[in-house]
Amino acid sequence: MSQEQAAITTSNPVNPHTNQMANEFLTFRLGSEEYGIEILKVQEIRGYDAITQIANAPEFIKGVVNLRGIIVPIIDMRIKFQLGSATYDQFTVVIILNVAGRVMGIVVDGVSDVITLGLEQMRPAPGLGSVIDTEYIMGLGTVDERMLILIDIEKMMSSSDMGLIEQTVN
Amino acid sequence: MSTDLEQFYEIFFEESSELLADMEACLLRLDVNSPDLEDLNAIFRAAHSIKGGAGTFGFTDMTEMTHMLETLLDRLRKGELAVRSEMVDAFLRAGDVIKAQLAGHRGEGEADPAVAAEVCEELKKLSDETQVPAPSETVADSGIGMKAIPVETDIGVSSNVAISEAVSERDVAKLTFRIEFSSSGMGDAAVENLFANLKRLGSLGDITSVGGKDHKLKLTTASNEEDVWETLAFVVDPANLKIEVATQCVVEPHSSDEDSAAEPFAGEDEFSIASMPPAPGYGFFPGAPAAPKDFDDSESQLSSTPQQNIHGNKNETQNVTNKPSSKVSASASASETSSIRVSIEKVDQMINLVGELVITQAMLAQTASQLDPVVFEKLLSGMSQLERNTRDLQESVMSIRMMPISFVFSRYPRVVRDLAAKLNKRVELKTVGENTELDKGLIEKIADPLTHLVRNSLDHGIEVAEKRIAAGKPAQGTITLRAFHQGGSIVIEVSDDGAGLNRGKILAKAKERGLPVSDGMSDQEVWLLIFEAGFSTADIVTDVSGRGVGMDVVKRNIQSMGGRIDIESALGVGTRISIRLPLTLAILDGLSVAVGDQMFIVPLNYIIESMQPTANDIKTVSGHGRVVQVRGEYLPVIALHEVFNLHPNVTAVHEGILVILEAEGHKAALFVDDLIGQHQVVIKSLESNYRRVQGVSGATIMGDGKVALILDTAALVLACQQEMV
Repeated sequence: MSQEQAAITTSNPVNPHTNQMANEFLTFRLGSEEYGIEILKVQEIRGYDAITQIANAPEFIKGVVNLRGIIVPIIDMRIKFQLGSATYDQFTVVIILNVAGRVMGIVVDGVSDVITLGLEQMRPAPGLGSVIDTEYIMGLGTVDERMLILIDIEKMMSSSDMGLIEQTVN
Repeated sequence: MSTDLEQFYEIFFEESSELLADMEACLLRLDVNSPDLEDLNAIFRAAHSIKGGAGTFGFTDMTEMTHMLETLLDRLRKGELAVRSEMVDAFLRAGDVIKAQLAGHRGEGEADPAVAAEVCEELKKLSDETQVPAPSETVADSGIGMKAIPVETDIGVSSNVAISEAVSERDVAKLTFRIEFSSSGMGDAAVENLFANLKRLGSLGDITSVGGKDHKLKLTTASNEEDVWETLAFVVDPANLKIEVATQCVVEPHSSDEDSAAEPFAGEDEFSIASMPPAPGYGFFPGAPAAPKDFDDSESQLSSTPQQNIHGNKNETQNVTNKPSSKVSASASASETSSIRVSIEKVDQMINLVGELVITQAMLAQTASQLDPVVFEKLLSGMSQLERNTRDLQESVMSIRMMPISFVFSRYPRVVRDLAAKLNKRVELKTVGENTELDKGLIEKIADPLTHLVRNSLDHGIEVAEKRIAAGKPAQGTITLRAFHQGGSIVIEVSDDGAGLNRGKILAKAKERGLPVSDGMSDQEVWLLIFEAGFSTADIVTDVSGRGVGMDVVKRNIQSMGGRIDIESALGVGTRISIRLPLTLAILDGLSVAVGDQMFIVPLNYIIESMQPTANDIKTVSGHGRVVQVRGEYLPVIALHEVFNLHPNVTAVHEGILVILEAEGHKAALFVDDLIGQHQVVIKSLESNYRRVQGVSGATIMGDGKVALILDTAALVLACQQEMV
């Protein structure tokens, strides 16, 4: 599926000049769909390398990696949402997120670019159309002919169905 | 500017807290019948240092209190009064008051001035008890005697000692100091405040400002050099500060003047000549009242040398004068403390960086190993040197964050002593495993919950002496604090040999409060009821405990640290409460084992042995469960690849390795593909970014940068036991 080279514009995401705050999005692809997440939640983008599996974890949790001394779990979004094919090669991209005080990585088909969306370019999400629960969709963005699904990544990653954060059951 | 001063406040607060802790430890150690002079001196020094700092910042309440302490301590030290236990009590209370005052200044709570006044009064009464408070004593008490115990080491100190000894011999002697400092970086208010404090020490001579921010002044005081240092050191950067003894102005001229006066200067000759203040024109010497003749001679001789310096190169003067000041400050700090304060973030950052370095080194070593050892001999020997160095570096860096738990344990003798006295019980506190190291962050957090538990044991656990004797137990109860590592956790136990928990009573109380309980509950469940909010079985509510507040807080605190609490108790025998905490950053000795392409760490302290079994050793039980016969014992086999759903390289037990584990009295054999090696690993939490994983207590980063999971051996063994049943 992911024929396009992962021509990552890696230098852009780190660009700190974000005057419009939440209106800059990092876009990535999962299968044929294009998604966007708030740039401020992104810590860095790196390749996919040696991962340590975690026993009895759901299939989409690939395991943990060492990110400069921190143990970071890696989630394959392609498996989680059954989009794209879960292949791992030197083009596989991991977006390291910093959400809810935690660091985690997501595997996607490819990172496209960083785009700025004005308010008029953002539409509320309709009730269907994506495998991702509408609850986690902030809206749809339009850039020329492209449609971006804007995800509230923080909400999604902290949700119980990701199983990333121990729900305090006491 | 204000932020600058705040920074000094912080240092003062921290230092004072430490000094108070030291003081308390000394007090508790003090044997009333044969007090150790060293301890008394140590207590005195602590009180004195706090006083110095408090004076600098204008915390008069603390100065007063410490002053009272000093007065009494000084008399004890000199053997004028005998140490009595009520004095120790009063000291301890005074320590508490100072602690409260400190907290008050810190903006955490309010100190009660009434209590302070009361303790002050008591100290005064104690120190006034026998007569003879000659005026000379009062002078001496402000610290001249401090250096009476000579501190060895370099010239700088010994000459100081000589000065102060000479002074204390002569009782009423005043010293004149020449002080030079630069106030750059200080506000005017701070400078004024400083002058005010100096004035308190004695009469302040003329102050000359040179070059705007540089001040020179003269101070005639009964205090010794150290006092002056202390007063200044908080506000002025020691590198910019210079203090010298100008002259001793002797109120009653004495025949031995010559000797004692010449002596201190003899030691300082080397630099004091060069470091004399630039000009007699500053009027230091004429201003010194009643300076003996001998002095004038030596001084004029001394001061003549650097005269050209004022008019000459200013920088040169600066350089020369800096030398003695740094020498003095170095010796002053060496005698006080040998540690520095570093923020935790910096340490963590360093640990991670060193981790990266080790990985890079491993990578290089890997590449270098493919080179021809003959051609690249030098490079390869360099590589092995690098490997040793990085390993040493890593070890020492990792040890920075770890502190022995004795830091926490050391506060309980006081708690137990006070409470036992209040409750009229005889209790002995035993501590085991004080050297168990754990992360500094945990040390700070564990103190409060532990205090609750200790108090609880003392109040509810230990019975009064009569009851104990009636029950056939020794009159003195024992509370034991124990700490040890287990399965990547730290276990801290508080156990007592008291009455134990009363199952019936707890159940009845629980029912009364409408908690969902039944008589069929296991003991373990019943015991945990005591952690319910508002739960107390104490018949009488005292100010010690019984309101049912506390145990629920303990439980909450422990849980927030990711730990858990277990209780074991037997009626009439005692109770043991164990807290099991995860190690956020502890170092663990582990054996690395391989299963398929994954590596796991087995904590070494659970491993009895490892072996390669023969096919005959392996038996099956009812078709599936496998056991292995080891020296007559049948042990269940835990296949790691089955537990963790992995693809192993070997599936037949006799082709792999069995690691025999023992946890909590149960043994099991862990079946893995291969043994790799023994390592010291840093335990990293999986939970900080992920969640708890069954059978895994943490993770670590191996030499090649990969993550390896650390097995929760106890959980594995116990899970296996339950399956077998």
